[in-house]
Amino acid sequence: MSFPWAKEYTPKVPLMKWLDDRLPLPRFVYNAVGGGYPVPRNLNFFWNFGVLSGLALVIQIVTGIIMAMHYGANDAVAFWTVEHTMRDVNAGWLMRYAHANGASFFFIVVYLHIFRGLYFGSYKAPREMIWLLGLVIFLLMMATAFMGYVLPWGQMSYWGAKVITGLFGAIPVVGEPIQTWLLGGFAPGNAALNRFFSLHYLLPFVIAAVVILHIWALHIPGSSNPTGVEVKGPQDTVPFHPYYTAKDGFGAGVFFIAFAIMVYFAPNFLGHPDNYIEANPLSTPAHIVPEWYFWPFYAILRAFTVDFFFIPAKLLGVLAMFASILLLFFLPWLDTSPVRSGRYRPLFRKFYWILLLDVLVLGYCGGAPAEEPFVMISQVAAAYYFAHFLIILPLIAAYEKPLPLPGSITEAVLAKHGETAAPAAVPAE
Amino acid sequence: MATLEGSADADLSKDDGGVRRRDFINIAAVSFAGVGGVVALLPLVNQMNPSADVLALASTEVDLSGIQEGQAIKTIYRSQPLFVRHLTAKEIAEADAVDISTLRDPQTLEQRTVDGKKQWLITMGVCTHLGCVPLGAGEGENKGEYGGYFCPCHGSSYDTAARIRKGPAPLNLEVPPYSYTSETAILVG
Amino acid sequence: MVRIGAFLVGLFFSGWLLVSFLFGAVAYVSDPPAPTAEKEFHLVPRHVAFSFDGPLGHYDKQQLQRGFQVFKEVCSACHSLKFVAFRDLEALGYNEAEVKAIAKGWAIKTPDVDPATGEASSRDPVPADHFPKPFANDVAARAANNNAVPPDLSLMAKARHHGPAYIYSLLTGFQDQPADLIAKFPDSKTPEGLHYNPYFANLNLAMAPPLTAEGQVTYAEGQPKPTVDQMSQDVAAFLTWAAEPKMETRKSAGFAVLLFLIIATGLAYMSYRNIWADEKH
Repeated sequence: MSFPWAKEYTPKVPLMKWLDDRLPLPRFVYNAVGGGYPVPRNLNFFWNFGVLSGLALVIQIVTGIIMAMHYGANDAVAFWTVEHTMRDVNAGWLMRYAHANGASFFFIVVYLHIFRGLYFGSYKAPREMIWLLGLVIFLLMMATAFMGYVLPWGQMSYWGAKVITGLFGAIPVVGEPIQTWLLGGFAPGNAALNRFFSLHYLLPFVIAAVVILHIWALHIPGSSNPTGVEVKGPQDTVPFHPYYTAKDGFGAGVFFIAFAIMVYFAPNFLGHPDNYIEANPLSTPAHIVPEWYFWPFYAILRAFTVDFFFIPAKLLGVLAMFASILLLFFLPWLDTSPVRSGRYRPLFRKFYWILLLDVLVLGYCGGAPAEEPFVMISQVAAAYYFAHFLIILPLIAAYEKPLPLPGSITEAVLAKHGETAAPAAVPAE
Repeated sequence: MATLEGSADADLSKDDGGVRRRDFINIAAVSFAGVGGVVALLPLVNQMNPSADVLALASTEVDLSGIQEGQAIKTIYRSQPLFVRHLTAKEIAEADAVDISTLRDPQTLEQRTVDGKKQWLITMGVCTHLGCVPLGAGEGENKGEYGGYFCPCHGSSYDTAARIRKGPAPLNLEVPPYSYTSETAILVG
Repeated sequence: MVRIGAFLVGLFFSGWLLVSFLFGAVAYVSDPPAPTAEKEFHLVPRHVAFSFDGPLGHYDKQQLQRGFQVFKEVCSACHSLKFVAFRDLEALGYNEAEVKAIAKGWAIKTPDVDPATGEASSRDPVPADHFPKPFANDVAARAANNNAVPPDLSLMAKARHHGPAYIYSLLTGFQDQPADLIAKFPDSKTPEGLHYNPYFANLNLAMAPPLTAEGQVTYAEGQPKPTVDQMSQDVAAFLTWAAEPKMETRKSAGFAVLLFLIIATGLAYMSYRNIWADEKH
């Protein structure tokens, strides 16, 4: 794997040599995120969000383990133990606010990471597997976040659990037994709370394992880059360390500043006030919404209001919501344009920005009450979402005339600096 | 001729002062981040210390008025048993008769009680060996061969002043800090 | 094959969504949603300036003490404050002895078990206790309050949008039902036993106006006049503290952390520029 010019790990002190002969862990790290991993020299700041996603996962696992030390997964005390953490545990408020906002930040950086991949065509051959594993991580994140939101056992927790498990109830014949099985009862209760806690503790470690596969798969072809042109020689790359460790260090600083502003000065801004009311099975909040990162999908779910002959609208909504994510698994084979980067795809680029706007509109409608005009807007927006991936992208790939590509990464970098490539920089292929 | 490397001029700046100033920034950035990381660990460690509600229960009031001579009660101080014993004259005499130089943990009964309240022996009910609860405070329990407390785990025997006399325990039963809030009430902790 | 299948699936979902849109649009035009009294007469909370607003805001301890006094003399008769303990009151500026006295003199007693008989009994609260609830359970609360359970107030300031302003607006917002409301929505007349309040989600709440007269609570010498407006502000401030007792610690820690992070990020940026100085990218 990697490139032939990758620097080889050479232990400097005898102890490291001894270790390298027995358990080459330092060598592994060196080749993964050290001087031994050559990376295109032209990555922009949108390439920071992969490392930042990993950082967010670590924050969630650390604060989550601490939250679990003070949490009681029992419907009689869950709300009380969370308040106890907030009020009496040393720095408990910090742990809880960091965990709650950490989930939001995890989704923010992951969404930016995904949209970077969409723009620069990072899902295309030979990187399909990285994309697919990334989507698996995304699905696991959604499951983890949903179950985590149930744990404080507030009103939104309870009714969120009820509504989301109710989605499975839409499946014909087996739906209701599945819903009852998921909850371990006829409504969310102690059984559901306990299994959600157990799985909420487990899944992050599954995510971590898939992240390792994601990075492994990344190291086979190496990182993509903004030009979408493959690396052609040593002059196109720099070692990950120190170049990208320094850049990621700066990125992490900016991330932490934004995170600290939310945690310390607006910790409840992204949450919903109703979740500070204890779960009450007898009273539904006026306006149930999931956390913001689910809003686009929630809008798609609610957009189906008319039965399609024998298929009820409720089932259609559920199918469409799952389809909206599952279709991304087919993306590498839907967009067949040989050009990766949106920079050299004028038509693709226009539709990309429409898609981004479309998803933001869907998100807004998903967070709004289920009334007009939001339902109508989300119907149009959801229609575009499906059309974009399933109809428009394959057509663009077939008919678009891409702009001329640079000969190499080096050429593109030099052109940016107003120079032409030196003869020496041309790869000897 | 353009290359990706810096120009020769840039290389010149790598001399002496240049190198040192540049390295200094990198070292400063890394050490700053390191300090931040260590400081960030403090709340992660501190959260395991007792929480405010646990600390709020760190003192216990005991009403002595109902305890007859020769009786003892078990109550709770900091989630652990507390023995409050009303010694009889005979038990006090037995305790005073011991030559403290022969003891493993030399203390007189006076040192283990409050002046003028020698009949009230307040100790933790936690064996100083490995933390079991000794017998002897409850009605009809084995008080051991020295008439005080007996720990069934590894056979430590305490006398009527709750001093260790026999067995593996290294120290006398601990006397917690307490004070009399009235003639018949104490505040422990 | 993949693309043909995708095309058909896309056509189905997008097409049916557009059909649904047409159905909805036709219905919207031919039969627009009827206005409701709640939609037209519900008000967002009035703006009120509190000392704890903004990143630099701090609690005004005098105000919290006044608000606590209002809670004690008015609210606590019906509303619990179960997540707050008497010991927490030290944050309001009371010393240990005062807290002990407040707990001991609290009108509602803490449930306990008689050590001699094992039967249910009650005792004076101590600082370590949480505020005892005025009703033993929801059934008792419902029975005593016209079939409505008075909600716990510990988190009220965080459990409503614009919490502190909401509490203040609700307490000062009781009024007669506007004539044009009844004229427009004759069915929405406030039912017997409920009270009209435009700041409440469905406009009619079971709670009678709790603060009705100036001087209902007697404030200590040197404090502002206890008008209904002042008392409402004070109790809103107290309940904000009750919901978020760590706010001051949080903000001051935040400033230290931000200062550190800005310097660290500045250094990281310099280091990044420094390392890349000789490489074009």
